[in-house]
Amino acid sequence: MSGYFILAILALAFLVTFQIAKASEYVSVLKGEEKTFQQNNRINAFLFIVFLVLGLIGAWWCNDLFFKKTLLAHPAASDHGEKIDKMLWLTLGVTGLVFFLTQILLFWFAFKYQYTEKRKAYYFAHSNKLELIWTVVPAIFLTLLVGLGLFYWFKITGDAPKDAQLVEITGKQFNWMMRYPGKDGVFGRKNYRLTDASNGNALGVDWEDGSSHDDLESTEMHLVVNKPVQLVINAQDVIHDVGLPHFRMKMDAVPGIPTTLWFTPKYTTAKMKEITGDKDFVYEIACDQMCGSGHYSMKGLIIVETQEEYDKWIATQKPQYLTVKAAQTEASPKVVADTLKTTAVPASAKPIAQNTQH
Amino acid sequence: MSSESIHHGQQGVAAASSHDLHEEHHHHHGEESFISKYVFSQDHKMIAKQFLITGMIWAIIGGLFSVIFRLQLGYPEMTFPFLEDIFGKWAVGGRISNEFYYALVTMHGTILVFFVLTAGLSGTFANFLIPLQIGARDMASPFLNMLSYWFFFLASVIMFSSLFIQTGPAAGGWTIYPPLSALGQASEGSKLGMDFWLVSMAMFIVSSLLGGLNYISTILNMRTKGMTMTRMPLTIWAIFFTAVLGVLSFPVLLSGAILLLFDRNLGTSFYLSEIVVKGEILPNEGGSAILFQHLFWFLGHPEVYIILMPALGMVSEVMSVNSRKPIFGYLAMVGSLFAIAILAFLVWAHHMFVTGLNPFLGAFFVLLTLLIAVPSAIKVFNWLTTLWRGNLRFTPAMLFAIGFVSLFISGGLTGIFLGNSTLDIHLHDTYFVVAHFHIVMGVASFFGMFAGVYHWFPKMYGRYMNNTMAYIHFWVTLVGAYLIFWPMHYAGLAGMPRRYTDYSNWHSFNMFADMNRFISTVAMIVFAVQLLFVFNFFYSIWKGRKVTTKNPWGSNTLEWTTPIRPGHGNWPGEIPEVHRWPYDYGKDGRDYISQIEPIGEGESHH
Repeated sequence: MSGYFILAILALAFLVTFQIAKASEYVSVLKGEEKTFQQNNRINAFLFIVFLVLGLIGAWWCNDLFFKKTLLAHPAASDHGEKIDKMLWLTLGVTGLVFFLTQILLFWFAFKYQYTEKRKAYYFAHSNKLELIWTVVPAIFLTLLVGLGLFYWFKITGDAPKDAQLVEITGKQFNWMMRYPGKDGVFGRKNYRLTDASNGNALGVDWEDGSSHDDLESTEMHLVVNKPVQLVINAQDVIHDVGLPHFRMKMDAVPGIPTTLWFTPKYTTAKMKEITGDKDFVYEIACDQMCGSGHYSMKGLIIVETQEEYDKWIATQKPQYLTVKAAQTEASPKVVADTLKTTAVPASAKPIAQNTQH
Repeated sequence: MSSESIHHGQQGVAAASSHDLHEEHHHHHGEESFISKYVFSQDHKMIAKQFLITGMIWAIIGGLFSVIFRLQLGYPEMTFPFLEDIFGKWAVGGRISNEFYYALVTMHGTILVFFVLTAGLSGTFANFLIPLQIGARDMASPFLNMLSYWFFFLASVIMFSSLFIQTGPAAGGWTIYPPLSALGQASEGSKLGMDFWLVSMAMFIVSSLLGGLNYISTILNMRTKGMTMTRMPLTIWAIFFTAVLGVLSFPVLLSGAILLLFDRNLGTSFYLSEIVVKGEILPNEGGSAILFQHLFWFLGHPEVYIILMPALGMVSEVMSVNSRKPIFGYLAMVGSLFAIAILAFLVWAHHMFVTGLNPFLGAFFVLLTLLIAVPSAIKVFNWLTTLWRGNLRFTPAMLFAIGFVSLFISGGLTGIFLGNSTLDIHLHDTYFVVAHFHIVMGVASFFGMFAGVYHWFPKMYGRYMNNTMAYIHFWVTLVGAYLIFWPMHYAGLAGMPRRYTDYSNWHSFNMFADMNRFISTVAMIVFAVQLLFVFNFFYSIWKGRKVTTKNPWGSNTLEWTTPIRPGHGNWPGEIPEVHRWPYDYGKDGRDYISQIEPIGEGESHH
């Protein structure tokens, strides 16, 4: 019912606007077109100044309202993030200056040079000097931004430190799966054709490869504070994206093409709770690449903790190989690894629930 | 002026006069039939109107879609039973389903980018203005021109039908990245709807190529006597570069789309490799999902300039006419359009900084992308100088031209953030991007289009649009555009991802619920005011105040030397000869000097 009511109001508003518009046209004919034109011109010129003033106040007010909700209100949680924030502030400064200068000129000119009968427009077709100035000055500022931007870019995308912790993260519709290389520091070989979630091999690990036997799988990512971490990123079905807003990092997960990113987390989750003054703070992994109907719910969790806490957690984890083997011997003792058939399973299967401690 | 173009000019005149005789003869025996005049018309002016009105219908549909999905974003906890009445299973219980949300977002993008701001904008003003402003009877090939519209119509019909199939239209975003768009198992929208999308887009590309080739050949070959390239209005320069971009880049999208059709239906693996989808192991190996992104953005990036450049040209023209002053730095304006057109081809991978692109390669794309800021800055400062010491008439077209400059600045500056790969890591695919491209490409181009419609409406229909409604339209749209998109930057700086149906389960992003509600409310008001514009448009076609003089704006360009309602062929007599550039406003104490007026004896040089 309220829908029809709103429609009726809308229709009425339209009708009123239309009648006023039509009437004003008749009035303008009566008053003389020249006079109406001048009057309208003055009103619009005035409105430009009003728009400028209210716009500037509005921009300030909007900043007041929302700045504290942005990530810039708190320090970045990674070393790369600090660089990105620095770059962001510099760019904000430069573009902010240009923004206010040009917007104020634009609306001020619109007001100041509104039509009057007295003034003749000034015939001014070009000036090489002026044009040179506003080619060269922006070019200089942009060189600065490009130079500094690339300096940081190469630092951020450069090779990870040798001692970086390795974590593999794999996206699929619509969740994230983590794998740790275990004591040997090497991930076991994978073959996507071996993927069999119902038999505990959601990632398609090749159990024939011995280095897979100590690999740990998890639904959460545990990281050690101040220790560089390199993520090896995969996707199984469509393109996903590992978005880490607090660390200011992001990298696509592409089926068939592994990607990587690295960073050093600076604050434990507990410390971030203090910094942000938010007792429920968590590091979230957000999928940043449209991946289907559940895209908006594709969330992962990262827990940054001290080395001791991490060691304690990792000690409770059981290698996925052992879990799978135990399940197999229990089910049918005679069958060995070649039963890892490539049969379709429902998406709802919870492949790694066995070793999740939470 | 080259002897070649004189030759062409004369040929054009000669051919035209014989055409005139024919025309008169034809009129003697009665009116053209309804079909040949309004439906399968070969008159560029009628084709322009067909593009415009089809574009307007699409704009209403595309805009309405955004209003519907903004309902979900603004009021995630509320239900709207009327949605279920209309959309059935897509909105059970009055809540938009996830599939439906993504279908709406995808179709909103596709419709507005391609069908409204490419076909509706370029198609309208290239067709309408090229022959009128360069002094030609019609396009180089009126027949291909007609086909161009009808291929667009066919593309429209296919895209429109895809809205009604059982599994819904495409839903993988307007960029249709595979594997999501290649695998029916991965999404409802990747079933039949995606095939419709691809076939429709193929038809659209044919339309765009037919149109583009026609625009280029008409501009190069059919200018009237004296109309050298450097005497062309900036609108024509802008449309020329737009057409060149389209002709060179759309075929790449076509190839990308065809390979995707193959992957979908013929079992090839261009984009597919090592995929396990919903537990099903696919045999495809060796393809690259990233290849598609290269092919897509090789069109996709020029595409944003295809959308923007006609607006740049029209704003320059409208601003000069209504400042009663020449456009400042004509050659720099042409040069910057040229620079933008060249750079448009060299920056596509800035959409792909976080795909795992080689960082060294990325560095070049950063440099080339930020280079675009230089010609853009030149344009902005030239517009400001055009306004400086002018005598400004705030016609509705002029208002939109000034609004355009404001939006172009706001949206252009945020491009400096996103083009810098270091910042893109953080801001990529957040609301910062949404705010950026909606302001600079979406709303700004719409403003250029509105400026064009208000300015040339008297030429199109021999009547004026209603000013009061136009003023309301302008002010609400300008204020609304900033109210909608300005706060989104903050959400982007909070890392809030785009294309999420619902943020309430995210601890990092759920603090913007109030903002989303506010934006949705403003979006609905702004949409309603666009309907007011549409109403004003159609009302004025039949009931608008009549134009009584040939040149109501006191403009120099050739279209205002034609009769108030020009017939097919544009000029009843010979095509006038051009003697000067189009921006002699306020020269030697004269308000304006038409392009057809010979240079006077004692006239000063500019």
